[in-house]
Amino acid sequence: MSAAAGGTAAGAPGADGYYGRPVLKRPAWTWEVPWYFWTGGLAGASSVLSVAARAAGNRPLARAAAIAAAPAAAVSPALLVSDLGRPERFLNMLRVFRPSSPLSMGAWLLSAYAPLAVGAGAAELLGILPRTRTAAAVGAAALGPGLVTYTAVLLAHNAVPVWHGAQRELPFVFAGSAAASAGGAAFLLAPAAAAEPARRVAIAGGLLELAAERAMERRLGPLAAPFEGDGPAARLGRWARGLTAAGTTLAAAGGGRAGRWRRRGPPCCSPAAPASAGRCTGRASPPPRTRAPPSGRSAPAWTPASPRARDPQARSTRPVRPAPVRVRNSATLGPASSLSRHGTYR
Amino acid sequence: MTTLDPGAWFTPDGEPRRMGFFTDTSVCIGCKACEVACKEWNGVPSDVAGFTGMSFDNTVALGADTWRHVAFVEQAPVGLEWFGEDAAAGTAPAAPSAQDLRFLMSSDVCKHCTRAGCLDVCPTGAIFRTEFGSVVVQEDVCNGCGYCVSACPFGVIERREDDGRAFKCTLCYDRSKGGLEPACATACPTDSIQFGPLDELRDRAAGRVEHLVAAGQSRAQLYGADPDDGVGGFGAFFLLLDRPEVYGLPPDPVVPTRDAARMWRMAGAAAGVLVAGIAALVGLSPRGGR
Repeated sequence: MSAAAGGTAAGAPGADGYYGRPVLKRPAWTWEVPWYFWTGGLAGASSVLSVAARAAGNRPLARAAAIAAAPAAAVSPALLVSDLGRPERFLNMLRVFRPSSPLSMGAWLLSAYAPLAVGAGAAELLGILPRTRTAAAVGAAALGPGLVTYTAVLLAHNAVPVWHGAQRELPFVFAGSAAASAGGAAFLLAPAAAAEPARRVAIAGGLLELAAERAMERRLGPLAAPFEGDGPAARLGRWARGLTAAGTTLAAAGGGRAGRWRRRGPPCCSPAAPASAGRCTGRASPPPRTRAPPSGRSAPAWTPASPRARDPQARSTRPVRPAPVRVRNSATLGPASSLSRHGTYR
Repeated sequence: MTTLDPGAWFTPDGEPRRMGFFTDTSVCIGCKACEVACKEWNGVPSDVAGFTGMSFDNTVALGADTWRHVAFVEQAPVGLEWFGEDAAAGTAPAAPSAQDLRFLMSSDVCKHCTRAGCLDVCPTGAIFRTEFGSVVVQEDVCNGCGYCVSACPFGVIERREDDGRAFKCTLCYDRSKGGLEPACATACPTDSIQFGPLDELRDRAAGRVEHLVAAGQSRAQLYGADPDDGVGGFGAFFLLLDRPEVYGLPPDPVVPTRDAARMWRMAGAAAGVLVAGIAALVGLSPRGGR
């Protein structure tokens, strides 16, 4: 028998893992998630910008940023809920508080943040309840930075090597992207004379995003393979980088003529941000439910983390399955929650 | 099948013990009785993949509708050249003897990790640790967020698309509550799947692998029996006759939540940069006019 240990036939199991099949499951997240990252980032950074501008005495800019944050903060929870397999059970996330789960932290953060940001924006728009508005704006600004960067922790808490390996730089990518989006949005909405600080925030955010991404890809090394070639992640990545760079450049060039740029269109509203997030999540819209799994170069994203098993040629195609015959599960587990012991077993 | 003493689930003091599987693949015959018994007992939906061409494996992988999966690996020093032009031209290598061929079979299952990624990241508390140390999804709580799917370093748990919720092996928690072994272990005709208190299984497995190595199976190894590995050891571990990759198993699995503290520190630093940056750029810039 030991003679068999000699080797394996070409194309046989062992040459490329188990029949070339990916070890990991394809993540279940849908197109909503990158957009959720973008709206959350835009809202969170706008809330910070709003309060900072008010503290600096720039009231028109504060007003613009608060109004920009509100719709993004309103859309964000809707995207998060619609991503669920059972959206009607969203509130189950609020039955427990679990620091070990970034998504649990995010659900609580968003549940606290969204009403504050929407309230502050509405009060600003309608010009009512000034004290309530200030309190809500300060609360939103306190939670906003967490909303912007927790998503990086969310993404890094993953077995997918390219996400897990990006854990150090990803929060800075998201912070930069959020600042670029918030700066751009406030720049569009604020009167020209008050918009100068927003332009600076947009430029700085764009630069931070580009620099952090560069650092991230350098650290990832061969794990960054899904970002190269012509897979969906690579394509979105090029768009993200190009648009961020173009927006940042235009914003910088727009210097003394802010009003002109503002009327022309959004030089730095970072339209790249959702593409960037989409790239980081390794997927493009349309939603993957209707899409074939990525093939070719993007496949290593789902292959095992260890260099011993990493195989850039690993295929991730799966055979077409006929619709499963549904059999209802008759053996329900009963009142298991009363027995639960959360945390690590020792 | 071995018969488990009804008291095996508890210590003499009445404390529940950590129960698990030891899957000794050296005696697996690939009958798939474990797959069938699991489906029958747990009411797992059919998932006919059709003919895959992957040896005898038409189950393909673990997933929402496959909680046991028997892998088939055919190993030979040469491949299809016996049947192609080489064979016609008479240049094919000599047919290997039976000694050169090897047929590996292994029944894969959820590992019930000591540090379970799926359990750590579940935001609803639907996934919990039972008193027997297994990791179970409560289907009446799960809201289908799908976070567990990408947190599993083994690709075990999966969302059932027409249902929206995540499913996986429960180590037959309901049977354990009634003092019965899991369905797969009960059905296994060669005792390849052994169920019992984890510490006893580890001792038994250590002896078994020693015996196999001494008998010439140089690559025989335990997979997941080490409590110091990246997931803190498996509740369901394996004796393999080749490297884990050959069976489609990750050689060095790490729970993605291991670096949680550093990730949150980096997120905090980035949040600080965001706030400080915006404050500086807004505060230091010329005041906006009216």
